[in-house]
Amino acid sequence: MNFDPSYIIVVLGKIVKYIPISLLMAVVAMVIAVAVGLVLAFMRNSSSLILRSLADVYISFFRSIPMLVQLFLIYYGLPQLFPFFTAMDAVTAAIIGLGIKQAAFLAEIFRAAFLSVDKGQMEACLTGGMTKFQAYRRIIMPQALRNALPGTGNTFISLIKETSLAFTLGVVEIFAEAKMQAAESFRFFEAYLAVALIYWVLIVVYTYLQQLLEKYLERPYRT
Amino acid sequence: MIKVANLTKSFKGLQVLKGIDLEVKDGEVLSIIGPSGSGKSTLIRCLNFLEKPDTAIIEIGSAKLNAESCTRKEIQQLRAQTAMVFQNYNLYKNKTALQNVTESLIVVKKMPKKEADELGMELLRQVGLADKKDNYPATLSGGQQQRVSIARALALRPHAILFDEPTSSLDPELVAEVLQVIKSIAEMDTTMIIVTHEMNFAREVSDQIVFVADGYIVEQGPPDTFFNHPQKERTKQFLKNF
Repeated sequence: MNFDPSYIIVVLGKIVKYIPISLLMAVVAMVIAVAVGLVLAFMRNSSSLILRSLADVYISFFRSIPMLVQLFLIYYGLPQLFPFFTAMDAVTAAIIGLGIKQAAFLAEIFRAAFLSVDKGQMEACLTGGMTKFQAYRRIIMPQALRNALPGTGNTFISLIKETSLAFTLGVVEIFAEAKMQAAESFRFFEAYLAVALIYWVLIVVYTYLQQLLEKYLERPYRT
Repeated sequence: MIKVANLTKSFKGLQVLKGIDLEVKDGEVLSIIGPSGSGKSTLIRCLNFLEKPDTAIIEIGSAKLNAESCTRKEIQQLRAQTAMVFQNYNLYKNKTALQNVTESLIVVKKMPKKEADELGMELLRQVGLADKKDNYPATLSGGQQQRVSIARALALRPHAILFDEPTSSLDPELVAEVLQVIKSIAEMDTTMIIVTHEMNFAREVSDQIVFVADGYIVEQGPPDTFFNHPQKERTKQFLKNF
C-alpha cells in the first residue's frame, strides 16, 4: 500500500501556520453573523409587517443559495456591477460571504432563544420602570444567550469548516496549502488527511471551550 | 389616590371591560373579586398599561393620562407610580434574590450599588428571606419567589402596589406565608389593589371590595357590608359558592 504516515507530519508542519488565517476568517465572519443575525431576529419578531417581510426574504435567500455560489457572486460578480469592489481582496470577500450567510441561520436561532424567555419577565421589567432596551440588555438577552449557545456553536463550527472554501477565491489557507503540497508530492491522501486532522483538533478545542462557557452560564438555573 | 374613569377594553372584538370607574384613597386596600374570565386581571393590567385600554382616564399619584391620546412618556410616568406582583412571580431568572430587588434601583433609579444592596437586604429581611439573598429563583419555592417579588415591588417605593392573583399558582401550604407578608405591608398603610380568589383574605385585609362580573362592577363596598349584606342578586349568587 502506498501510504506514508510520516508525510502527514511533514504536511502538518507546513499547514499549521495557516491556522491563524482560517481562524481569523471564521471569527470575523462570526462577529458579522451575530450582529446581522441579531438585527434580523428583532426584525422577525417586530410588529412591523415591512420589517418582518424584509427579514423573511433575507433569511430565505441566504439560507437557500450554496455557499460556493454566494462567494463567487460576491468576489467575481459584484466588481462587474460596481467597479468599487475590484479593490476588495479575497479574504474580505470570504469573510463577508460567510458572515452574511450564517447570519440567516443565526437569526432563527436567536429568535427562538428570545421567545424561550417567558413574556412575564419582560412585563416585570416594564412595571419596574425599565425601558424595553434596558430589559433586553439586563434580563432577556443574558437568558436568551444561554438558550442560543448550543445552536450558535453549531453555526460557528460550520463557519470554521467553510473557511476552506476561501481557497476557491485564491486565499491561501490550510486547505489551499495542503493542496499545493499534494500536487508536488502526489501524496493526496496524506495531505488531505492532515487537513482533516487539523480541523478535527480545532473543533475539539472549540467544543471544549464552549462546554466551559455553557457550564458558567448554567449556574443560575441549577437547583 | 387612584382614579379610573370609563375604562373599556376589547380583545378582537370581544368587549371584556365595559366601562369601569374606580377610586382608591391613599393608604387604602381595594380587593377585586369575581368569577374567572370576568376581566379582573385585564382591569388591573390596564392600570400600568401592560394591556392598553381602549378608553380610560387614569390618575395614579402624580400621573394622569387619557388612554385614547397618551404619549409614551405619559405611559412611562404612569408605570412609575405603581409596582406589580404577578401570579407567576416573574422573577428575573438570571439574577439572585437580592439582585431581583435591587435591579430597578440600580438601572432605573441610578442608586449607588452599595445603597441599593442595603435597602434590598432590609426588604428581604422584611419578607423573611435575608438568608436567601444569594439564591437564584430556580432554587426557591413558589412562596419564597413570591415574597422576593413583593420585596422587589416595595423597593420601588411606588404610590401603589398592584397584586394580580398573588397566590393563585402557589401550593396550598405556601399561600399563608405570602398572605401574611401582604397583610403586613397593608398594615403599613400601603395603597394596594389586589385581584384575588382568597375571600377570607380579601375580607380581612381590604377597606373596599369590588365585585366584577361580565365586564362591569356589579357591586362594591366595605368588606363587612359586602360579604354580610350583598345587595345584588349576581353578588349573592357568587358568594354562595364560598
